[in-house]
Amino acid sequence: MFYREAGDFSTTYAEDSQTFPIKFDRYRYYLVLVVAFGIIPFLINDYWANAVFVPFLIYAIAAIGLNILTGYCGQVSLGTGAFMAVGAYACYKLMTGFPDIPIAIHILISGGITAAVVTLFGLPSLRIKGFYLAVATLAAQFFLVWLFNKVPWFYNYSASGQISAPERSMFGIIFTGPNTEAWAKYLICLVFVTFAAIVARNLTRGSVGRSWMAIRDMDIAAEIIGVNPLKAKLTAFAVSGFFVGIAGALFFSVYLGAAEVGESFGIDKSFLVLFMIIIGGLGSIFGSFAGAAFMVLLPVFLKNVFVGWLGWPTDLAAHLQFIVSGGLIVVFLIMEPHGLAQLWRLAKEKLRIWPFPH
Amino acid sequence: MNAMAGNYVTADGRQIGGVVMEMKNITLRFGGVVAIKDISFDIHEGEIRAIIGPNGAGKSSMLNVISGFYHPQEGEVWFRGSKRPPMKPYEVAQQGVARTFQNIALFEGMSVLDNVMTGRLTHMKSGLFSQAVWKGKAEAEEIENRRKVEEIIDFLEIQNIRKTPVGRLPYGLKKRVELARALAAEPKLLLLDEPMAGMNVEEKEDMSRFILDVNDEFGTTIALIEHDMGVVMDLSDRVVVMDYGKKIGDGTPDEVRNNQEVIDAYLGVAHD
Repeated sequence: MFYREAGDFSTTYAEDSQTFPIKFDRYRYYLVLVVAFGIIPFLINDYWANAVFVPFLIYAIAAIGLNILTGYCGQVSLGTGAFMAVGAYACYKLMTGFPDIPIAIHILISGGITAAVVTLFGLPSLRIKGFYLAVATLAAQFFLVWLFNKVPWFYNYSASGQISAPERSMFGIIFTGPNTEAWAKYLICLVFVTFAAIVARNLTRGSVGRSWMAIRDMDIAAEIIGVNPLKAKLTAFAVSGFFVGIAGALFFSVYLGAAEVGESFGIDKSFLVLFMIIIGGLGSIFGSFAGAAFMVLLPVFLKNVFVGWLGWPTDLAAHLQFIVSGGLIVVFLIMEPHGLAQLWRLAKEKLRIWPFPH
Repeated sequence: MNAMAGNYVTADGRQIGGVVMEMKNITLRFGGVVAIKDISFDIHEGEIRAIIGPNGAGKSSMLNVISGFYHPQEGEVWFRGSKRPPMKPYEVAQQGVARTFQNIALFEGMSVLDNVMTGRLTHMKSGLFSQAVWKGKAEAEEIENRRKVEEIIDFLEIQNIRKTPVGRLPYGLKKRVELARALAAEPKLLLLDEPMAGMNVEEKEDMSRFILDVNDEFGTTIALIEHDMGVVMDLSDRVVVMDYGKKIGDGTPDEVRNNQEVIDAYLGVAHD
């Protein structure tokens, strides 16, 4: 009953095109920000950070990145895992090469490097579409993983072939390495996810976003009304790569601490992020968060139910967890092919008129 | 009357300007099929120019040549006084040619407002970084263009559906939204590919009124393809008639109506 646009008049075009036009929505958004920045950092412990919040936030960034490419611009990519690896290895080389520069700058530069690499692998999209493009990005996935394994320079000639994040701090707070506190991990991811979401929202509501969506919905018509397909597709690849690279850099430096490319950034990562945006909702920033939450929280939740409550053996629980989450995804896609974001939209439609039926 | 060379005054007293677009000896082939054979005609500023002909005459191909989608093997396209080099469709759009499609080509996943806003992409210049920041240049540009778009939305009387996803609209409204998107570009030349296809009489009347109003209010030069002869004869100042890729008639509606070749093409002739 608070969820009303009645009496909430937009008198300028700026007001009309803002992200949360309904007052209740706007306040809810501020509340989420206050809780996320002001309350959770004081309550968080290692378990909640490592099992829930940090992976959720990092995957949300990756999902926003892929959603820009696939959900907004309609270009399917199966190379997300490898593109995250580019971010991770770029970050590793920067961290070890320039130890004095703050980690946040390294992460941003890693995003930039990934953007360049992804743009390069996006070039085939000018000629090929759909499944064929997916296969081309799949080639990128295998090629990059092979490259990071094959060339020792990328892992600084370490004997194990692994990369491990050295300890780095900013403002006297340690953000990477084994001595990082839970709240610091959480906070750095939160700052980047907020940044990613705001930038993504700004890009998708303006002319750049419209040219992406025009390409997605009907590329021939888009070209006829003046969208340069080369520019639109490559900017989508670049922006997507930037976010995916940031996610990869955070995933390695803050979350994992040590990584081996085939294991941490394999094809299963590509599919995981793709599932996130399909389940969350293609072409929706909120959907990226919802999908990341679903895919990160569901296994944790199921494990707690099977092992914690029911007391089943862990190996049985692990297998059941795959079966149940796989089944849920299938059921979900049949029930609501437009994802959690669509459910959210429907719920809001209903809420607008609640408690009346019409 | 043969005032093709320069300005002229129409039957209803409108002053028509100089040549905007001129097609010179256009020939377009697909492999062995000749879609357009050595056709020349021009379009003057401010006029409504119709291209008619039986099915398969090459009308849509001609429109596609104008909008840069097809590149003719022979002939020249002159636009606003200079010869146009072979161009990509988006470059043609940036020069000020907008069009609608025979089968509606709207962006189904976007709202009416967003669809019409895409029509202004050629006018929106702010870069990726200022878009990412949004506040300042990008927002100012967005609002300025939104104002223009709202004028067109008002003009075409689609205010009440501006936030509706295009996929939910009925056919007639979709056609109107597509016209709005093309108009939003403030084109120098507007191409309409069968704007009234599949409409009932009432919708056709509405659309005809809009086309006349657009021409009258904004002075937009319009080239249209249409099958409804009544509409064509009423709306257009001059008509090009095509048949099997050739031009068989060119002139005012009255001239075309009385042209024996045109009558033969439409009604058929006895082959003996």
